[in-house]
Amino acid sequence: MSTKFCEGANPMNVKWSRWKTILTCAFLALAIVLCDARAASALPTGKVMAIPAFARKYGLPCSACHTAWPELNNFGQVFRDNGYQLMNDRDSPIWQNPSYFPISFRITPAWHRETANNQVFDGATGGNAIGSVTQSGFDLSGMDLWSAGTIYKNISFVLLPSSDPTAVWHFESAFIRFDNLWHSPWLNVKFGRFESDNLISEKRFLFLSNNGGSYQIYHFTPPGDSNNFGYGDNQIGVELAGHSANSYTRYSIAVLSSNEGGVNFTTDVVPGAPPASRSYDVALAFSQAFNAPGPPGESGFGLERVGAFAYIGQRPTAYQTQGGAPLVGIDNKPFYRIGFAGDLSYRNLELLPLFMYGHDNAYLGLVPGLASTQPTLPAGAQAPTFYGGFLEAHYYLNPQNVALARFEQINVGQQAFSNIGNGSNSNGNITAVSFGYRWYPIMFSRGGVALDGEYSRVRTIGEVPLSGDGDGTVANPNNAVWSSSIYFGIDFDF
Amino acid sequence: MTLKKYAVTFALGSMALLTAGATVSTAQSHVNSPDPLLGAPSVASETSHIGNLTGNAESGKHLYRRFCIGCHGPDGNGQGMNAQWIDPQPRDFTEATFKCRSTPTGTLPTDEDLYNAITRGFVTTNMPSWRPLNPQQRADLVAFVKTWSPRWAKEKPGAVLNIPPETPITIESILHGRELFQKLECWKCHGPEGHADGPSASTLTDSKGVPIKPFNFSTGERFMCGDTNRDLYRIFMTGLDGSPMPSFADVIQPNDGWDLVHFLRTLQVALPNQELTLWQSYKAAHGKDLKPIGPDSAGGAQ
Repeated sequence: MSTKFCEGANPMNVKWSRWKTILTCAFLALAIVLCDARAASALPTGKVMAIPAFARKYGLPCSACHTAWPELNNFGQVFRDNGYQLMNDRDSPIWQNPSYFPISFRITPAWHRETANNQVFDGATGGNAIGSVTQSGFDLSGMDLWSAGTIYKNISFVLLPSSDPTAVWHFESAFIRFDNLWHSPWLNVKFGRFESDNLISEKRFLFLSNNGGSYQIYHFTPPGDSNNFGYGDNQIGVELAGHSANSYTRYSIAVLSSNEGGVNFTTDVVPGAPPASRSYDVALAFSQAFNAPGPPGESGFGLERVGAFAYIGQRPTAYQTQGGAPLVGIDNKPFYRIGFAGDLSYRNLELLPLFMYGHDNAYLGLVPGLASTQPTLPAGAQAPTFYGGFLEAHYYLNPQNVALARFEQINVGQQAFSNIGNGSNSNGNITAVSFGYRWYPIMFSRGGVALDGEYSRVRTIGEVPLSGDGDGTVANPNNAVWSSSIYFGIDFDF
Repeated sequence: MTLKKYAVTFALGSMALLTAGATVSTAQSHVNSPDPLLGAPSVASETSHIGNLTGNAESGKHLYRRFCIGCHGPDGNGQGMNAQWIDPQPRDFTEATFKCRSTPTGTLPTDEDLYNAITRGFVTTNMPSWRPLNPQQRADLVAFVKTWSPRWAKEKPGAVLNIPPETPITIESILHGRELFQKLECWKCHGPEGHADGPSASTLTDSKGVPIKPFNFSTGERFMCGDTNRDLYRIFMTGLDGSPMPSFADVIQPNDGWDLVHFLRTLQVALPNQELTLWQSYKAAHGKDLKPIGPDSAGGAQ
């Protein structure tokens, strides 16, 4: 029996459950009240600066480029689109003091509580028990060691080694970018590993908890699907991108390796995953922003941006092998993701809607194996599809305080086989809600701190939650798995 | 988890939260006033007018807090926390002295001047172009900037400089401009070849006593107050208030100003332009006849 999860043997004690809920709500309420009280009284914004990596170079407050870091506002978007340049005559690092080094660190010590029900675990008296798996305690996030800037005027770079909480490192991003080719903002070439040009960036968003800390649809595949693609994952390749002077109009076209951002040809980004080399993906994105006028005599409502995206890729269904060990992925089969998104403002309220449709070839719907030839498509197999999206809301009380909420829904349109999971088309469907509050008490030019409180809850029908909560086994595939996170972290960036 | 354990966790979490809050509060209490923008008077009533736009200072206050406070400071005096690292120093709005204006020296600029400055930025400084902000937001910022000095309540902006149509670019115009460059002693700061190496260059300070360098025409650097010939004309006719660059409106006839513009363009050897091309071909043929600019050409440069 697992002592760690022993209390799950009696998970349905309503009295305890009610007290937990009351205490949890009190904790979050205390966090929010404290944050708000500070916001109302101290207002330290008045003296604050930020952007650890760039404030040292340009002397701008972090709120200049971020609605709330790390999310970019339009000024920050223009800065990024220009290759981390303000386009004045001091962009080249030759203007900097020689001791200047563009680097920042980010990590988040946290307390969190994770619960998933409909789980199977060892019973106290032998045999299986079914119930909830709950964990709580103090924790660390991974650490980002972020360096970015200009090598020379119009040549910029990003180097982002990132670790998991146990300090196992990988390169989250590493690219060089040639900016403003032929003096045109419409021609910029990026080469290396980077985030796709997502209008709503998962790398820059404001949720950190297990269940709320990712856009589910950015990583979703229908149950049983062997496709490892995640729209939110960084990819490796080359990107041509361009923008108008104020970045109201933006486009990007990227050609990417079909190995989910992995390096060394035969190494997938997921350790131990089979190789997927020998084919290429294409990512396309376009967006247009415009100013929404306000009532007469008042400032406008804000900048509204809408955009569309498409990702067309391939993944292998068989492998060249040697002695049974996979060498190279072959027999690639296609998939695509298409959708549209927005970044809409109404005074201090920001809304981020996204819709996505995903379609995988029927072969990708097969459970992956290491066959040296493409498997025969079983009778009844069909192309798995899904659709869904989310609506996220940010309310900025001021540059230092932001309240967050998100609703997300994903439906499987068509299963690869009719007998997957509980045999219904709803198998794998996800409904998720998240609430949060971030307070930025410190945004000095050398560092920033954000206190982050969140509650998120995800319902996954018949499948293990994407967050990884629980023990990985669904007790009853006919029922949903409810997975929730309560999170309080101190997010700091130096 | 039992209720007892959960209560302990709750208590620990609350303590951590309170500790963090108290630490932050203590750390910042000595640098923060209750309202960092308290120093800005008459915020509610100040407006700006740029074309069809009416800027509102109250809206501009929030934008200033988000975008500008780091350099220009919570008191608008150019003493933001990053100011000590910035050269040239950020503008002190409490003095209401602005370099880039369309109005005579010593007078307040128009709202449009401030709007253009925010939009364009100053390429030789840390002040970026704020074009990514929408026009209304920039107009709001103009209105708020005007709240920092009582001059805006007492005075009106000066009359906008009337710039005549540009005269043709000819060698005669360039040569006359060269004469003016010598006569008005521009070379004393900017140097005979525009390299910012005139005899007075190392002695210059701005109105706050901070050393300042004259503009170096030869590097290809863009002008602070705009790129066009009209911008260049406006710069020396209005002067750059707060800097040693005076106004020449009283000593240069309006049309003669264009001659000086045409000559100054020939000093921008790193930026291909029509004046430079014409001048280089003239110099190739008549260079020996030209008197050098400088103290030895008191009788005229030609």
